[in-house]
Amino acid sequence: MIEVRFHGRGGQGAVTSAELMARAAIGGGKYAQAFPSFGPERRGAPVTAFLRISETPIKVREKVYAPDVVVVLDPSIMNVTKVDAGLKDGGVLVINSAKPAAELRKSFGFKQKMATIDALRIALEELEAPITNTVMMGALSKVAQVATPEQVRGPLEERFGPGLAPKNLRAFERAYEAAKAEG
Amino acid sequence: MSAPKGKSDSARAIGLEVSLAIAEAVKLAEAEVVAAYPITPQTHIVEHLSELVANGELTAEYVPVESEQSAMSACIGAAAAGARTFTSTSSQGLLLMAEMLYIASILRLPIVMAMVNRAISGPINIWNDHSDAMSVRDCGWIQVFAETGQEAVDLTIMSFRIAEDPGVLLPLIVNLDGFTLSHFIEPVILPEAAEVRRFLPPYETAHKLDIQNPLSLGALGGPEIYTEARRALDLALTGAKPRIQRVFDDFAKVFGRQYKLVETYRTEGAETILVTMGSISETAMTAVDEMREAGQKVGLVRLRLWRPFPVEEFRAAVAGAKNLAVIDRAMILGFPEGPVATEIRALLYHEKNRPHMTNFILGLGGRDVPRSHFKHIVERVRELGASGRQGRYELVGVLE
Repeated sequence: MIEVRFHGRGGQGAVTSAELMARAAIGGGKYAQAFPSFGPERRGAPVTAFLRISETPIKVREKVYAPDVVVVLDPSIMNVTKVDAGLKDGGVLVINSAKPAAELRKSFGFKQKMATIDALRIALEELEAPITNTVMMGALSKVAQVATPEQVRGPLEERFGPGLAPKNLRAFERAYEAAKAEG
Repeated sequence: MSAPKGKSDSARAIGLEVSLAIAEAVKLAEAEVVAAYPITPQTHIVEHLSELVANGELTAEYVPVESEQSAMSACIGAAAAGARTFTSTSSQGLLLMAEMLYIASILRLPIVMAMVNRAISGPINIWNDHSDAMSVRDCGWIQVFAETGQEAVDLTIMSFRIAEDPGVLLPLIVNLDGFTLSHFIEPVILPEAAEVRRFLPPYETAHKLDIQNPLSLGALGGPEIYTEARRALDLALTGAKPRIQRVFDDFAKVFGRQYKLVETYRTEGAETILVTMGSISETAMTAVDEMREAGQKVGLVRLRLWRPFPVEEFRAAVAGAKNLAVIDRAMILGFPEGPVATEIRALLYHEKNRPHMTNFILGLGGRDVPRSHFKHIVERVRELGASGRQGRYELVGVLE
Protein backbone atom coordinates (compact mmCIF):
# COMPACT_ATOMS: atom_id res chain seq x y z
CA MET A 1 0.00 0.00 0.00
CA ILE A 2 1.19 3.50 -0.85
CA GLU A 3 0.14 6.33 1.45
CA VAL A 4 0.27 9.93 0.25
CA ARG A 5 -0.26 13.24 2.01
CA PHE A 6 -1.00 16.41 0.04
CA HIS A 7 -0.27 19.93 1.31
CA GLY A 8 -1.86 22.90 -0.39
CA ARG A 9 -3.99 25.93 0.26
CA GLY A 10 -7.77 26.08 0.06
CA GLY A 11 -8.76 26.52 -3.61
CA GLN A 12 -5.57 25.02 -5.10
CA GLY A 13 -7.05 21.59 -5.61
CA ALA A 14 -5.22 19.40 -3.10
CA VAL A 15 -8.46 17.62 -2.26
CA THR A 16 -9.34 17.26 -5.95
CA SER A 17 -5.88 15.81 -6.64
CA ALA A 18 -6.32 13.11 -4.01
CA GLU A 19 -9.82 12.34 -5.27
CA LEU A 20 -8.81 12.10 -8.95
CA MET A 21 -5.81 9.92 -8.13
CA ALA A 22 -8.05 7.55 -6.14
CA ARG A 23 -10.58 7.40 -8.95
CA ALA A 24 -7.86 6.70 -11.51
CA ALA A 25 -6.46 3.89 -9.35
CA ILE A 26 -9.87 2.33 -8.76
CA GLY A 27 -10.64 2.64 -12.47
CA GLY A 28 -7.38 0.77 -13.08
CA GLY A 29 -8.56 -2.15 -10.91
CA LYS A 30 -6.75 -1.20 -7.71
CA TYR A 31 -8.15 -0.31 -4.31
CA ALA A 32 -7.88 3.31 -3.20
CA GLN A 33 -9.32 5.88 -0.84
CA ALA A 34 -9.03 9.67 -0.71
CA PHE A 35 -10.19 12.09 1.94
CA PRO A 36 -9.51 15.63 3.05
CA SER A 37 -8.49 16.76 6.49
CA PHE A 38 -12.00 17.91 7.22
CA GLY A 39 -12.85 21.37 8.37
CA PRO A 40 -14.65 24.54 7.39
CA GLU A 41 -13.37 25.32 3.90
CA ARG A 42 -11.50 28.60 3.56
CA ARG A 43 -9.76 29.77 0.42
CA GLY A 44 -6.06 30.28 1.07
CA ALA A 45 -5.86 28.41 4.38
CA PRO A 46 -3.46 25.44 4.62
CA VAL A 47 -5.25 22.24 3.52
CA THR A 48 -4.22 18.62 3.89
CA ALA A 49 -5.59 15.70 1.90
CA PHE A 50 -4.83 12.00 2.08
CA LEU A 51 -4.63 9.17 -0.46
CA ARG A 52 -4.09 5.44 -0.12
CA ILE A 53 -3.60 3.09 -3.09
CA SER A 54 -3.30 -0.67 -2.65
CA GLU A 55 -3.43 -3.97 -4.50
CA THR A 56 -5.61 -5.39 -1.71
CA PRO A 57 -8.71 -3.99 0.07
CA ILE A 58 -7.90 -1.08 2.39
CA LYS A 59 -9.25 -1.61 5.89
CA VAL A 60 -8.19 1.52 7.70
CA ARG A 61 -9.74 4.98 8.05
CA GLU A 62 -7.21 6.73 10.25
CA LYS A 63 -5.33 9.75 8.88
CA VAL A 64 -2.05 9.09 7.10
CA TYR A 65 0.61 9.46 9.81
CA ALA A 66 3.62 7.88 8.06
CA PRO A 67 3.31 8.71 4.34
CA ASP A 68 5.39 7.13 1.59
CA VAL A 69 4.97 10.29 -0.47
CA VAL A 70 4.31 13.92 0.43
CA VAL A 71 3.07 16.25 -2.31
CA VAL A 72 3.49 20.00 -1.78
CA LEU A 73 1.27 22.02 -4.10
CA ASP A 74 2.21 25.42 -2.71
CA PRO A 75 5.86 26.11 -1.80
CA SER A 76 4.86 28.76 0.76
CA ILE A 77 3.33 25.98 2.90
CA MET A 78 6.84 24.81 3.75
CA ASN A 79 7.38 27.99 5.78
CA VAL A 80 4.41 27.27 8.05
CA THR A 81 4.09 23.47 8.07
CA LYS A 82 6.67 20.75 8.63
CA VAL A 83 5.72 18.96 5.41
CA ASP A 84 8.10 16.01 5.95
CA ALA A 85 6.55 15.13 9.35
CA GLY A 86 6.24 11.36 9.64
CA LEU A 87 7.58 10.75 6.11
CA LYS A 88 9.07 7.26 5.88
CA ASP A 89 12.87 6.98 5.60
CA GLY A 90 12.53 5.54 2.09
CA GLY A 91 9.84 8.07 1.21
CA VAL A 92 9.87 10.94 -1.26
CA LEU A 93 8.84 14.60 -1.30
CA VAL A 94 7.25 15.87 -4.51
CA ILE A 95 7.42 19.66 -4.38
CA ASN A 96 6.13 22.42 -6.60
CA SER A 97 9.10 24.75 -6.74
CA ALA A 98 11.29 26.46 -9.31
CA LYS A 99 14.22 26.01 -6.95
CA PRO A 100 16.55 23.01 -7.20
CA ALA A 101 16.11 20.19 -4.68
CA ALA A 102 19.49 20.85 -3.08
CA GLU A 103 18.49 24.40 -2.16
CA LEU A 104 15.22 23.27 -0.52
CA ARG A 105 17.04 20.50 1.26
CA LYS A 106 19.40 23.09 2.74
CA SER A 107 16.59 25.47 3.75
CA PHE A 108 14.24 22.91 5.31
CA GLY A 109 16.52 20.01 6.26
CA PHE A 110 14.70 17.40 4.17
CA LYS A 111 16.41 13.99 4.47
CA GLN A 112 14.42 11.81 2.10
CA LYS A 113 14.42 11.63 -1.69
CA MET A 114 13.01 14.68 -3.45
CA ALA A 115 11.46 15.57 -6.80
CA THR A 116 10.96 19.24 -7.56
CA ILE A 117 8.99 20.54 -10.50
CA ASP A 118 8.17 24.07 -11.61
CA ALA A 119 4.46 23.33 -11.62
CA LEU A 120 3.48 26.98 -11.63
CA ARG A 121 5.23 27.56 -14.98
CA ILE A 122 3.67 24.45 -16.55
CA ALA A 123 0.22 25.42 -15.21
CA LEU A 124 0.52 28.96 -16.57
CA GLU A 125 1.65 27.66 -19.97
CA GLU A 126 -0.89 24.84 -20.33
CA LEU A 127 -3.90 26.03 -18.31
CA GLU A 128 -3.27 29.78 -18.38
CA ALA A 129 -4.09 29.73 -14.67
CA PRO A 130 -1.92 29.28 -11.55
CA ILE A 131 -3.65 26.02 -10.58
CA THR A 132 -1.01 23.38 -10.08
CA ASN A 133 -2.92 20.31 -8.98
CA THR A 134 -3.03 18.32 -12.23
CA VAL A 135 0.66 19.10 -12.82
CA MET A 136 1.50 17.76 -9.37
CA MET A 137 -0.65 14.68 -10.04
CA GLY A 138 1.60 13.99 -13.05
CA ALA A 139 4.75 14.34 -10.98
CA LEU A 140 3.33 12.13 -8.21
CA SER A 141 2.20 9.49 -10.70
CA LYS A 142 5.65 9.23 -12.23
CA VAL A 143 7.67 9.33 -9.02
CA ALA A 144 5.46 6.91 -7.07
CA GLN A 145 4.44 4.81 -10.10
CA VAL A 146 0.78 5.00 -9.12
CA ALA A 147 -0.95 5.97 -12.39
CA THR A 148 -0.31 6.49 -16.09
CA PRO A 149 -1.66 9.35 -18.24
CA GLU A 150 -4.02 6.81 -19.82
CA GLN A 151 -5.50 5.94 -16.40
CA VAL A 152 -6.13 9.56 -15.38
CA ARG A 153 -7.71 10.55 -18.70
CA GLY A 154 -11.20 9.33 -17.67
CA PRO A 155 -11.29 11.01 -14.25
CA LEU A 156 -9.89 14.25 -15.76
CA GLU A 157 -12.51 14.25 -18.51
CA GLU A 158 -15.31 13.68 -15.99
CA ARG A 159 -14.03 16.39 -13.71
CA PHE A 160 -13.05 19.12 -16.17
CA GLY A 161 -15.28 18.48 -19.20
CA PRO A 162 -14.33 18.60 -22.90
CA GLY A 163 -13.01 22.19 -22.75
CA LEU A 164 -10.50 21.92 -19.93
CA ALA A 165 -9.74 18.19 -19.75
CA PRO A 166 -7.26 18.10 -22.71
CA LYS A 167 -5.30 21.03 -21.25
CA ASN A 168 -5.18 19.34 -17.86
CA LEU A 169 -4.08 16.09 -19.43
CA ARG A 170 -1.25 17.92 -21.23
CA ALA A 171 -0.21 19.55 -17.96
CA PHE A 172 -0.25 16.09 -16.33
CA GLU A 173 1.81 14.56 -19.14
CA ARG A 174 4.47 17.28 -19.09
CA ALA A 175 5.04 16.71 -15.37
CA TYR A 176 4.88 12.94 -15.85
CA GLU A 177 7.70 13.15 -18.39
CA ALA A 178 9.83 15.62 -16.46
CA ALA A 179 9.55 14.44 -12.85
CA LYS A 180 12.47 12.54 -11.36
CA ALA A 181 13.27 11.71 -7.75
CA GLU A 182 16.81 12.36 -6.58
CA GLY A 183 18.88 12.17 -3.44
CA MET B 1 -19.47 -7.64 4.91
CA SER B 2 -18.49 -11.13 5.88
CA ALA B 3 -16.90 -12.13 2.58
CA PRO B 4 -13.76 -10.34 1.43
CA LYS B 5 -14.08 -8.37 -1.76
CA GLY B 6 -13.03 -10.48 -4.76
CA LYS B 7 -11.16 -9.26 -7.80
CA SER B 8 -14.29 -9.45 -9.91
CA ASP B 9 -15.90 -6.93 -7.55
CA SER B 10 -12.97 -4.58 -7.85
CA ALA B 11 -13.37 -4.66 -11.63
CA ARG B 12 -16.95 -3.42 -11.34
CA ALA B 13 -16.24 -0.91 -8.59
CA ILE B 14 -16.02 2.80 -9.32
CA GLY B 15 -14.36 5.47 -7.20
CA LEU B 16 -17.11 7.58 -5.71
CA GLU B 17 -17.68 9.83 -2.72
CA VAL B 18 -19.82 7.80 -0.32
CA SER B 19 -22.43 10.60 0.02
CA LEU B 20 -23.00 10.59 -3.73
CA ALA B 21 -23.17 6.80 -3.74
CA ILE B 22 -25.98 6.93 -1.19
CA ALA B 23 -27.90 9.41 -3.35
CA GLU B 24 -27.40 7.01 -6.28
CA ALA B 25 -28.75 4.17 -4.12
CA VAL B 26 -31.87 6.23 -3.36
CA LYS B 27 -32.25 6.75 -7.10
CA LEU B 28 -31.91 3.00 -7.70
CA ALA B 29 -34.56 2.44 -5.01
CA GLU B 30 -36.84 4.79 -6.97
CA ALA B 31 -37.85 6.89 -3.97
CA GLU B 32 -40.95 8.91 -4.78
CA VAL B 33 -40.60 11.72 -2.25
CA VAL B 34 -37.46 13.31 -0.78
CA ALA B 35 -37.91 16.05 1.80
CA ALA B 36 -34.74 17.36 3.40
CA TYR B 37 -32.92 20.36 4.77
CA PRO B 38 -29.16 20.57 4.21
CA ILE B 39 -26.75 20.34 7.15
CA THR B 40 -23.06 19.45 7.29
CA PRO B 41 -21.96 16.65 6.82
CA GLN B 42 -25.17 15.33 5.26
CA THR B 43 -25.26 18.06 2.58
CA HIS B 44 -23.74 16.17 -0.37
CA ILE B 45 -26.42 13.46 -0.17
CA VAL B 46 -29.36 15.84 -0.51
CA GLU B 47 -27.57 18.15 -2.96
CA HIS B 48 -26.96 15.22 -5.27
CA LEU B 49 -30.54 13.99 -4.86
CA SER B 50 -31.89 17.42 -5.78
CA GLU B 51 -29.67 17.33 -8.90
CA LEU B 52 -30.92 13.86 -9.81
CA VAL B 53 -34.52 15.03 -9.48
CA ALA B 54 -33.88 18.32 -11.31
CA ASN B 55 -32.21 16.64 -14.29
CA GLY B 56 -34.90 13.97 -14.54
CA GLU B 57 -32.78 10.96 -13.51
CA LEU B 58 -35.03 10.36 -10.52
CA THR B 59 -38.76 10.84 -10.90
CA ALA B 60 -39.58 12.06 -7.41
CA GLU B 61 -41.07 14.99 -5.59
CA TYR B 62 -38.18 16.88 -3.98
CA VAL B 63 -39.52 19.06 -1.16
CA PRO B 64 -37.01 21.78 -0.19
CA VAL B 65 -38.40 22.48 3.27
CA GLU B 66 -37.46 25.30 5.65
CA SER B 67 -36.38 23.13 8.61
CA GLU B 68 -35.77 19.55 9.66
CA GLN B 69 -38.98 19.55 11.67
CA SER B 70 -40.76 20.30 8.42
CA ALA B 71 -38.66 17.74 6.54
CA MET B 72 -39.87 14.93 8.79
CA SER B 73 -43.42 16.30 8.77
CA ALA B 74 -43.41 16.25 4.96
CA CYS B 75 -41.98 12.72 4.99
CA ILE B 76 -44.74 11.61 7.36
CA GLY B 77 -47.37 13.10 5.07
CA ALA B 78 -45.84 11.53 1.97
CA ALA B 79 -45.43 8.09 3.56
CA ALA B 80 -48.98 8.29 4.96
CA ALA B 81 -50.17 8.79 1.37
CA GLY B 82 -48.32 5.61 0.38
CA ALA B 83 -45.15 7.08 -1.19
CA ARG B 84 -41.66 5.63 -0.89
CA THR B 85 -40.00 8.37 1.15
CA PHE B 86 -36.39 9.32 1.97
CA THR B 87 -34.67 11.99 4.03
CA SER B 88 -31.31 12.61 5.61
CA THR B 89 -29.94 14.72 8.44
CA SER B 90 -27.21 15.13 11.06
CA SER B 91 -26.72 16.35 14.61
CA GLN B 92 -28.54 19.66 15.28
CA GLY B 93 -30.84 18.96 12.36
CA LEU B 94 -31.81 15.69 13.97
CA LEU B 95 -32.57 17.47 17.23
CA LEU B 96 -34.90 19.84 15.41
CA MET B 97 -36.53 16.83 13.73
CA ALA B 98 -36.69 14.69 16.87
CA GLU B 99 -40.26 15.51 17.84
CA MET B 100 -41.57 14.07 14.58
CA LEU B 101 -39.44 10.89 14.64
CA TYR B 102 -41.61 9.48 17.40
CA ILE B 103 -44.73 10.19 15.35
CA ALA B 104 -43.36 8.39 12.27
CA SER B 105 -42.75 5.21 14.24
CA ILE B 106 -46.09 5.05 16.07
CA LEU B 107 -47.85 5.66 12.73
CA ARG B 108 -45.80 2.72 11.34
CA LEU B 109 -44.62 4.68 8.30
CA PRO B 110 -41.70 3.09 6.39
CA ILE B 111 -39.59 6.24 5.94
CA VAL B 112 -35.87 5.69 5.30
CA MET B 113 -33.38 8.21 6.67
CA ALA B 114 -29.61 8.41 6.26
CA MET B 115 -28.20 9.89 9.45
CA VAL B 116 -24.71 11.19 8.77
CA ASN B 117 -23.42 11.01 12.31
CA ARG B 118 -22.02 14.23 13.73
CA ALA B 119 -21.38 15.41 17.27
CA ILE B 120 -24.06 17.41 18.98
CA SER B 121 -22.91 20.92 19.90
CA GLY B 122 -21.53 22.33 22.19
CA PRO B 123 -18.98 23.31 21.84
CA ILE B 124 -20.04 23.86 18.24
CA ASN B 125 -18.62 20.98 16.26
CA ILE B 126 -19.37 19.62 12.78
CA TRP B 127 -17.30 16.44 13.04
CA ASN B 128 -18.11 12.81 13.63
CA ASP B 129 -19.23 10.90 16.67
CA HIS B 130 -22.43 9.06 17.65
CA SER B 131 -24.00 11.54 20.06
CA ASP B 132 -26.72 12.39 17.54
CA ALA B 133 -27.73 8.76 16.98
CA MET B 134 -27.73 8.05 20.70
CA SER B 135 -29.98 11.04 21.42
CA VAL B 136 -32.84 9.34 19.51
CA ARG B 137 -32.10 5.79 20.61
CA ASP B 138 -35.66 5.28 21.85
CA CYS B 139 -37.58 6.84 18.95
CA GLY B 140 -38.95 3.47 17.78
CA TRP B 141 -37.12 3.40 14.43
CA ILE B 142 -35.06 0.46 13.21
CA GLN B 143 -31.43 1.64 13.39
CA VAL B 144 -28.41 0.21 11.60
CA PHE B 145 -24.78 1.36 11.34
CA ALA B 146 -22.75 1.18 8.12
CA GLU B 147 -19.03 0.42 8.12
CA THR B 148 -18.10 1.11 4.50
CA GLY B 149 -19.36 2.98 1.47
CA GLN B 150 -20.49 -0.29 -0.10
CA GLU B 151 -22.41 -1.18 3.01
CA ALA B 152 -24.03 2.28 3.13
CA VAL B 153 -25.24 1.76 -0.45
CA ASP B 154 -26.45 -1.79 0.17
CA LEU B 155 -28.14 -0.90 3.47
CA THR B 156 -29.93 2.03 1.83
CA ILE B 157 -31.41 -0.27 -0.81
CA MET B 158 -32.25 -3.00 1.73
CA SER B 159 -33.74 -0.45 4.13
CA PHE B 160 -36.71 0.29 1.90
CA ARG B 161 -37.42 -3.42 1.58
CA ILE B 162 -37.15 -3.94 5.36
CA ALA B 163 -39.20 -0.86 6.28
CA GLU B 164 -41.94 -1.65 3.75
CA ASP B 165 -42.17 -5.35 4.68
CA PRO B 166 -45.87 -5.75 5.64
CA GLY B 167 -44.67 -7.64 8.72
CA VAL B 168 -42.46 -4.71 9.74
CA LEU B 169 -43.86 -1.34 8.58
CA LEU B 170 -41.45 0.78 10.57
CA PRO B 171 -39.21 3.72 9.71
CA LEU B 172 -35.50 3.02 9.49
CA ILE B 173 -32.31 5.01 10.11
CA VAL B 174 -29.10 4.13 8.28
CA ASN B 175 -26.30 5.61 10.39
CA LEU B 176 -23.03 6.45 8.69
CA ASP B 177 -20.09 8.32 10.14
CA GLY B 178 -19.82 11.93 9.02
CA PHE B 179 -16.67 12.68 6.99
CA THR B 180 -14.76 9.51 7.92
CA LEU B 181 -17.30 7.61 5.85
CA SER B 182 -19.55 10.16 4.11
CA HIS B 183 -16.72 12.16 2.52
CA PHE B 184 -14.38 9.30 1.59
CA ILE B 185 -13.78 8.53 -2.07
CA GLU B 186 -13.57 4.75 -2.20
CA PRO B 187 -14.51 1.78 -4.40
CA VAL B 188 -18.26 1.29 -4.59
CA ILE B 189 -20.27 -1.13 -6.69
CA LEU B 190 -23.59 0.39 -7.73
CA PRO B 191 -26.05 -2.46 -8.36
CA GLU B 192 -27.81 -2.78 -11.72
CA ALA B 193 -31.11 -0.87 -11.83
CA ALA B 194 -33.05 -3.88 -13.17
CA GLU B 195 -31.75 -6.11 -10.38
CA VAL B 196 -32.65 -3.53 -7.75
CA ARG B 197 -36.15 -3.27 -9.21
CA ARG B 198 -36.59 -7.04 -8.92
CA PHE B 199 -35.25 -7.04 -5.36
CA LEU B 200 -37.30 -3.99 -4.38
CA PRO B 201 -40.65 -3.86 -6.16
CA PRO B 202 -42.72 -0.63 -6.01
CA TYR B 203 -44.19 0.13 -2.59
CA GLU B 204 -47.83 -0.97 -2.39
CA THR B 205 -49.81 -0.69 0.82
CA ALA B 206 -53.38 -0.63 2.06
CA HIS B 207 -52.07 1.24 5.13
CA LYS B 208 -52.39 4.75 3.67
CA LEU B 209 -54.56 7.82 3.48
CA ASP B 210 -56.97 7.32 0.62
CA ILE B 211 -60.15 9.34 0.06
CA GLN B 212 -61.86 6.26 -1.40
CA ASN B 213 -61.13 4.26 1.78
CA PRO B 214 -60.95 6.77 4.61
CA LEU B 215 -59.00 5.97 7.75
CA SER B 216 -57.55 7.93 10.65
CA LEU B 217 -53.85 8.15 11.32
CA GLY B 218 -52.51 9.78 14.46
CA ALA B 219 -55.58 9.71 16.63
CA LEU B 220 -55.40 10.62 20.32
CA GLY B 221 -54.21 7.76 22.56
CA GLY B 222 -55.45 8.42 26.06
CA PRO B 223 -54.72 6.51 29.28
CA GLU B 224 -57.03 3.70 28.14
CA ILE B 225 -54.90 2.87 25.07
CA TYR B 226 -51.45 4.53 25.34
CA THR B 227 -49.83 1.59 27.19
CA GLU B 228 -51.12 -0.92 24.65
CA ALA B 229 -50.02 1.28 21.76
CA ARG B 230 -46.47 1.53 23.16
CA ARG B 231 -46.39 -2.23 23.76
CA ALA B 232 -47.57 -2.83 20.19
CA LEU B 233 -44.76 -0.62 18.88
CA ASP B 234 -42.17 -2.40 21.01
CA LEU B 235 -43.41 -5.79 19.81
CA ALA B 236 -43.30 -4.60 16.21
CA LEU B 237 -39.75 -3.31 16.59
CA THR B 238 -38.50 -6.39 18.44
CA GLY B 239 -40.35 -8.66 16.02
CA ALA B 240 -38.66 -7.02 13.03
CA LYS B 241 -35.33 -8.66 13.83
CA PRO B 242 -35.72 -11.99 11.96
CA ARG B 243 -37.26 -10.17 9.00
CA ILE B 244 -34.24 -7.86 8.79
CA GLN B 245 -31.92 -10.87 8.58
CA ARG B 246 -34.21 -12.40 5.95
CA VAL B 247 -33.88 -9.29 3.77
CA PHE B 248 -30.08 -9.39 4.26
CA ASP B 249 -30.16 -13.04 3.10
CA ASP B 250 -32.34 -12.25 0.08
CA PHE B 251 -29.98 -9.43 -0.82
CA ALA B 252 -27.03 -11.85 -0.70
CA LYS B 253 -28.82 -14.19 -3.12
CA VAL B 254 -29.22 -11.43 -5.70
CA PHE B 255 -26.10 -9.30 -5.17
CA GLY B 256 -23.65 -11.71 -3.54
CA ARG B 257 -22.84 -9.60 -0.49
CA GLN B 258 -23.93 -11.24 2.77
CA TYR B 259 -24.64 -9.14 5.85
CA LYS B 260 -25.48 -10.19 9.40
CA LEU B 261 -27.05 -8.37 12.32
CA VAL B 262 -23.85 -8.86 14.32
CA GLU B 263 -20.53 -9.53 12.60
CA THR B 264 -17.55 -11.30 14.11
CA TYR B 265 -13.94 -10.89 13.01
CA ARG B 266 -11.24 -13.36 14.14
CA THR B 267 -13.12 -14.19 17.35
CA GLU B 268 -12.18 -17.91 17.22
CA GLY B 269 -10.32 -18.58 20.47
CA ALA B 270 -10.21 -14.86 21.30
CA GLU B 271 -9.68 -14.11 24.98
CA THR B 272 -10.24 -10.40 24.46
CA ILE B 273 -12.99 -9.05 22.23
CA LEU B 274 -13.44 -5.47 21.05
CA VAL B 275 -17.00 -4.28 20.34
CA THR B 276 -17.51 -1.51 17.78
CA MET B 277 -20.18 0.16 15.64
CA GLY B 278 -19.68 2.09 12.39
CA SER B 279 -16.67 2.97 10.30
CA ILE B 280 -14.00 2.60 13.02
CA SER B 281 -14.61 -1.14 12.65
CA GLU B 282 -12.34 -1.34 9.59
CA THR B 283 -9.44 0.31 11.42
CA ALA B 284 -10.16 -2.03 14.35
CA MET B 285 -9.93 -5.04 12.00
CA THR B 286 -6.48 -4.01 10.84
CA ALA B 287 -5.44 -3.49 14.47
CA VAL B 288 -6.77 -6.99 15.29
CA ASP B 289 -4.79 -8.43 12.34
CA GLU B 290 -1.60 -6.82 13.64
CA MET B 291 -2.23 -8.02 17.21
CA ARG B 292 -3.02 -11.54 16.00
CA GLU B 293 0.25 -11.57 14.06
CA ALA B 294 1.99 -10.71 17.32
CA GLY B 295 0.34 -13.80 18.87
CA GLN B 296 -2.38 -12.03 20.86
CA LYS B 297 -5.76 -13.75 21.17
CA VAL B 298 -7.88 -10.77 20.10
CA GLY B 299 -11.10 -10.58 18.10
CA LEU B 300 -13.70 -8.04 17.08
CA VAL B 301 -17.50 -7.98 17.24
CA ARG B 302 -19.33 -5.31 15.24
CA LEU B 303 -22.93 -4.35 15.82
CA ARG B 304 -24.63 -3.63 12.51
CA LEU B 305 -28.15 -3.64 13.96
CA TRP B 306 -28.59 -1.27 16.90
CA ARG B 307 -32.41 -1.22 17.14
CA PRO B 308 -33.93 -3.69 17.73
CA PHE B 309 -30.88 -4.80 19.71
CA PRO B 310 -29.77 -8.24 18.44
CA VAL B 311 -29.68 -9.75 21.93
CA GLU B 312 -29.21 -13.45 21.09
CA GLU B 313 -26.81 -12.84 18.21
CA PHE B 314 -24.65 -10.58 20.38
CA ARG B 315 -24.55 -13.07 23.28
CA ALA B 316 -23.46 -15.82 20.90
CA ALA B 317 -20.81 -13.59 19.30
CA VAL B 318 -19.04 -12.77 22.58
CA ALA B 319 -19.52 -16.16 24.28
CA GLY B 320 -16.30 -17.48 25.74
CA ALA B 321 -14.43 -14.17 25.90
CA LYS B 322 -12.53 -13.36 29.10
CA ASN B 323 -12.38 -9.62 28.48
CA LEU B 324 -14.79 -7.37 26.62
CA ALA B 325 -13.78 -3.87 25.56
CA VAL B 326 -16.94 -2.06 24.53
CA ILE B 327 -16.32 1.11 22.56
CA ASP B 328 -18.62 4.11 22.60
CA ARG B 329 -18.54 7.20 20.40
CA ALA B 330 -20.75 9.17 22.80
CA MET B 331 -21.07 9.82 26.53
CA ILE B 332 -23.97 9.58 28.89
CA LEU B 333 -23.36 12.68 30.98
CA GLY B 334 -23.78 11.88 34.65
CA PHE B 335 -23.52 8.09 34.25
CA PRO B 336 -20.40 5.91 34.61
CA GLU B 337 -20.53 4.38 31.10
CA GLY B 338 -21.52 5.23 27.54
CA PRO B 339 -24.76 4.12 25.87
CA VAL B 340 -23.55 0.97 24.08
CA ALA B 341 -21.64 -0.28 27.12
CA THR B 342 -24.56 0.37 29.44
CA GLU B 343 -26.82 -1.83 27.35
CA ILE B 344 -24.28 -4.60 26.93
CA ARG B 345 -23.53 -4.67 30.65
CA ALA B 346 -27.27 -4.96 31.33
CA LEU B 347 -27.53 -7.88 28.88
CA LEU B 348 -24.59 -9.69 30.44
CA TYR B 349 -25.96 -9.37 33.97
CA HIS B 350 -27.89 -12.60 33.55
CA GLU B 351 -24.97 -14.61 32.16
CA LYS B 352 -23.50 -17.29 34.40
CA ASN B 353 -19.94 -16.69 33.20
CA ARG B 354 -19.67 -12.99 32.75
CA PRO B 355 -16.52 -11.65 31.09
CA HIS B 356 -14.67 -8.71 32.55
CA MET B 357 -15.94 -5.63 30.73
CA THR B 358 -14.63 -2.08 30.42
CA ASN B 359 -16.08 0.79 28.42
CA PHE B 360 -13.75 2.89 26.28
CA ILE B 361 -14.95 6.17 24.83
CA LEU B 362 -13.08 7.64 21.87
CA GLY B 363 -13.39 9.54 18.61
CA LEU B 364 -15.56 12.33 20.02
CA GLY B 365 -16.21 15.37 17.85
CA GLY B 366 -13.99 14.12 15.02
CA ARG B 367 -10.89 13.15 17.07
CA ASP B 368 -9.06 10.66 14.82
CA VAL B 369 -9.23 6.97 15.76
CA PRO B 370 -5.92 5.34 14.80
CA ARG B 371 -5.01 1.65 15.09
CA SER B 372 -2.89 2.42 18.16
CA HIS B 373 -6.06 3.22 20.14
CA PHE B 374 -7.27 -0.36 19.79
CA LYS B 375 -3.92 -1.77 20.85
CA HIS B 376 -3.95 0.43 23.93
CA ILE B 377 -7.51 -0.67 24.70
CA VAL B 378 -6.66 -4.37 24.46
CA GLU B 379 -3.69 -3.93 26.78
CA ARG B 380 -5.73 -1.93 29.25
CA VAL B 381 -8.79 -4.22 29.35
CA ARG B 382 -6.51 -7.22 29.96
CA GLU B 383 -4.81 -5.40 32.80
CA LEU B 384 -8.13 -4.41 34.37
CA GLY B 385 -9.53 -7.92 33.83
CA ALA B 386 -6.52 -9.53 35.50
CA SER B 387 -6.70 -7.18 38.47
CA GLY B 388 -10.45 -7.65 38.84
CA ARG B 389 -10.87 -3.88 39.04
CA GLN B 390 -14.06 -2.37 37.72
CA GLY B 391 -14.10 1.33 37.17
CA ARG B 392 -16.00 3.83 35.09
CA TYR B 393 -15.46 4.55 31.37
CA GLU B 394 -11.96 5.31 30.16
CA LEU B 395 -11.37 8.04 27.57
CA VAL B 396 -8.84 7.06 24.90
CA GLY B 397 -6.64 9.74 23.37
CA VAL B 398 -7.72 12.44 25.81
CA LEU B 399 -5.33 15.34 26.39
CA GLU B 400 -4.63 15.93 30.07
